[in-house]
Amino acid sequence: MAFIDLTSLGKSFGPTPVVRDFDLALHQGEFVSLLGPSGCGKTTVLRMVAGFETPDSGDIRIEGQSLLRQRASQRQIGMVFQSYALFPNMTVADNVAFGLRVAKLAPAQIDKRVDEMLDMVGLAAMKGRYPYQLSGGQQQRVALARAIAPRPRVLLLDEPLSALDAKIRVALRTEIRTIQRQLGITTLFVTHDQEEALSMSDRIVIMNAGRAEQIGTPEEIYNRPTTRFVAGFIGTLNVIEGQLGTEGGTVLTCAGGRLALPGTFGASPGETLSVAVRPQSLRPAPIDGDGLRGTVRHVEFLGAFTRLHVSCGPNTLLVDCFARDLAANLSVGSQIALTVPPDEVLRLSA
Amino acid sequence: MNLKRIGSWAIFILAVIYFLLPLVGTLEFSLRARRGVYSLDAYRNVLDDPQFQQTLAYSVILSIATVILGVLIVAPTAFWVRLKMPRLRPVVEFITLLPLVIPPIIIVFGYIRLFNTSSILPLTGSARGTDFLLAAGYATLSLPYMYRAVDTGLRAIEVQTLTEAAQSLGAGWATVLARVILPNIAVAILSGAFLTFAIVIGEYVIAALLNRPAFGPYMVWMGSNRAYEPAALAVIAFGMTWASMGVIQLLARRTRFTKG
Repeated sequence: MAFIDLTSLGKSFGPTPVVRDFDLALHQGEFVSLLGPSGCGKTTVLRMVAGFETPDSGDIRIEGQSLLRQRASQRQIGMVFQSYALFPNMTVADNVAFGLRVAKLAPAQIDKRVDEMLDMVGLAAMKGRYPYQLSGGQQQRVALARAIAPRPRVLLLDEPLSALDAKIRVALRTEIRTIQRQLGITTLFVTHDQEEALSMSDRIVIMNAGRAEQIGTPEEIYNRPTTRFVAGFIGTLNVIEGQLGTEGGTVLTCAGGRLALPGTFGASPGETLSVAVRPQSLRPAPIDGDGLRGTVRHVEFLGAFTRLHVSCGPNTLLVDCFARDLAANLSVGSQIALTVPPDEVLRLSA
Repeated sequence: MNLKRIGSWAIFILAVIYFLLPLVGTLEFSLRARRGVYSLDAYRNVLDDPQFQQTLAYSVILSIATVILGVLIVAPTAFWVRLKMPRLRPVVEFITLLPLVIPPIIIVFGYIRLFNTSSILPLTGSARGTDFLLAAGYATLSLPYMYRAVDTGLRAIEVQTLTEAAQSLGAGWATVLARVILPNIAVAILSGAFLTFAIVIGEYVIAALLNRPAFGPYMVWMGSNRAYEPAALAVIAFGMTWASMGVIQLLARRTRFTKG
């Protein structure tokens, strides 16, 4: 049995459905990210779990027990907010102690737990400071310590890194994950940043228009997106449409040439298909060989690699290559052939 | 110095004269109780008057009761409206402004009619009951100021996020209000409290018609029976108001939890 079960959750604000028929099961100690564009319903799901929104339909269960009749304050769910939400009138230590005082723990126990938590987030020396005397990263560490101090059953993270600058964001995401693993606390993390989701999560839920579009490990989501939306949302992607043929193996005949596909590709000959190819899967090849042919329209130097914009019929394909793979005389207007290893062609269902 | 700057200074000086001249005149007059020399006789007479002490003490106690009543009504209302019913804000704001357009005499006659000795709730039948009515009347009169002060305080903090953060840590509504929201709007509440204090100290109509020994009716009585003492009383009352404003500023500076 899953530790947390969200079944058929639905929520509308006025006539607008925000979450539709949402199912998710989290195992104990798992770190799951809800990833999607703004307005896809990920924060609403989180707020329903926290008890700040009431679902219109469905159920939320922890260890088989429904939470719907429990108020937010009774659910034993810790939450970290995007805007930190530290209590401005309290010191760092008082902020961390807040939940412990509400739970009426003995003062000695509170002091011990506060010290442990502040040690864990590396802010032991700042316990007497007020939130306004801390940097954004420090405030978010305090918020994390405060959320986990009462030892909640579940930790909810609502875009906790979005307000921080890039360097701190990277450092803090490693820190959050380390602490989460150390405590083994089941965590639901909301983000719109795919890099954060990919680097931190055990599993990712890609949300679109209130629904879970795909649920899987970061590798599955990145390497085997099942829909055009997921493929387009995670990383950069070229979508190519064509007709399936079987001359000399399974091939996709499309504008600009032919693409070799693995096996039967789960489709019948003559069927029109949409496939997706990552820019790094497209490789320059000899112009007289097999593959797609096109004209280089733009060359972007991006440091570690170079991105080519290649027009193939009506499509413009993005191609990422290392400098060593590029012909020395390649420039805007050059003719180029491109190949893709068959197993790196992704089939899109919708 | 250009012409614009000279104009600004001229307006400023005119404003200062406009506000300070009557005060200086009152102060000067209050010192003339002894013929030919300036003295503090009028102040001595006022401060030594047992009625002054009694009425002032009564009004101070009543103002504290009014502030408590006002905070108990206004703070949860403003908090709830901001958090759960933001659409009702204009309606609540309108209601809180009503005491500015409805004269106190209407309020007090309403009280007398509703709570007289032959009514179901005969509050005017006892001194404590009438005191409660007086505090309720004062709380109503101070509603526009108290509500605005508290609402401004709430606007300055992230009410929803702080409330949700406290709730996720196990706090119920009472704890959220008492330990998170009120401490963070303490300065705003204090501003409202001192404005309430100023209203209560000078209010005449409700106190006189409910026949309670408050400072307002005492000032009116003094004004119609003495020469120099009313001026001294005016200066004392003015001093108290200024001291209140000073305390607001001081507390605002000492309880600053944000940058800047």
